[in-house]
Amino acid sequence: MVAYVTIGVFLLVLGLFLWVFPESSILEYGYAGLDSLFSTAPYLFMFLIPAITMRSLAEERKEGTFELLATRPLTDWQIVLGKYLACLLIVLFALLPTLVYYYSVSALGLPQGNIDTGAVIGSYIGLFLLGGAFVSIGLFASSVTDNQIIAFTIAVFLCFVAYSGLDSASTLLSLQNLGIQRFGINEHYQSISRGVLDTRDLLYFLSFIGLFLAFTKTIVGGRKW
Amino acid sequence: MSISVNGLTKIYGSQKAVNGISFTAKPGRVLGFLGPNGAGKSTTMKMLTGFIPQTSGNASVAGFDITGQSLEVRKSVGYLPETNPQYLDMYVKESLAFIADVHRVPDAKKRIEEVIEQTGLTPEQHKKIGQLSKGYRQRVGLAQAIIHDPQVLILDEPTSGLDPNQLVGIRQLIRELGKTKTIILSTHIMQEVEAVCDDVVIISKGNIVADDTLAGLREKHQGKSLESIFIELTSPLTP
Repeated sequence: MVAYVTIGVFLLVLGLFLWVFPESSILEYGYAGLDSLFSTAPYLFMFLIPAITMRSLAEERKEGTFELLATRPLTDWQIVLGKYLACLLIVLFALLPTLVYYYSVSALGLPQGNIDTGAVIGSYIGLFLLGGAFVSIGLFASSVTDNQIIAFTIAVFLCFVAYSGLDSASTLLSLQNLGIQRFGINEHYQSISRGVLDTRDLLYFLSFIGLFLAFTKTIVGGRKW
Repeated sequence: MSISVNGLTKIYGSQKAVNGISFTAKPGRVLGFLGPNGAGKSTTMKMLTGFIPQTSGNASVAGFDITGQSLEVRKSVGYLPETNPQYLDMYVKESLAFIADVHRVPDAKKRIEEVIEQTGLTPEQHKKIGQLSKGYRQRVGLAQAIIHDPQVLILDEPTSGLDPNQLVGIRQLIRELGKTKTIILSTHIMQEVEAVCDDVVIISKGNIVADDTLAGLREKHQGKSLESIFIELTSPLTP
């Protein structure tokens, strides 16, 4: 149920931004590109992914059903990865219908089919990796508390810091030389969006996800509940 | 020896919940694990099923060490927690299928039919767990505990919330299962101990105050009722 609503809202808002609201509409923009999709989606993910993940561990803990899982022959990694993949699958299902927009924009182009396919593929991979990173943050936030609202809030905040907070911080005068934007998701997301799948960016996302999953596993394994 | 507990201790902060207890439970027998509220029964059961780690001491369940071989222990144990936590938006069969899947039960469909039959869930089997009454939820918990045909059953107050008719059925089921398996069950109902258990362990404030067969315990206390033995051993008034 949560999944259907979240996917529905994601597609609705994205559709409005891409085709209806003038400031971000592809039709008004005049170029046959999906740039506004890939710049809007991260901000939607920032709120919707925490909504998907906030329940996953916090509710198990509150309702006591975690005892049901933990006393079965499952390792902590199996539990964490199971939760992670389940949430990631929802993100994937939210992304799939937007492939229609690729067709729309390609058909609307002049001449028809005039769209930078390489960049679109790259951007989708980037967006999926970004979604994966946000899910790992959300799962971690859900593991530290048994209150779903707190889990949601922590996740939104961490997603924001990881996505654009570090970027913004790097523009502060005293921090300009440290290059902390390298640790932010945005720089790597932009880099993949250009259509160049650099192993460094891929490695960044995978280690980001791995790090947060390891945090989550540590907390779940600690069993201070 | 199916369950052997050796100096098991759990300390929460400064409070000793379980204080170095030792006992054994043998196959083919039902052990009643008794004690007043807060005596450490559930804590002990949670340690035996690998849910919480012990502070010190050790125990083996079905021949596996609970710390070193936790996964093996959890494979061979069926556990019904005191609170009987359930995924309320799952259907009865769905949740049993999930647990059967976790345990990789062969021919799961047939086995699910069997346990539904055994636990008397047949009239409610097509409902969501959230729609069931407490007694039927308890049966779902019991069905989940026995679905993989474990050697050892650890049941934390398995009959709470059941009506008198259901009680008789479930006790009979436990007796039946107890013939081949090792069962530890906790309860506050003394008639139940008399009806179901072979052995009795009574703990109070984290310490064992009695560990005997049911008949042996009666003999030692000159045929007093189990209730008065329990009160005598665990009452805060007696030193």
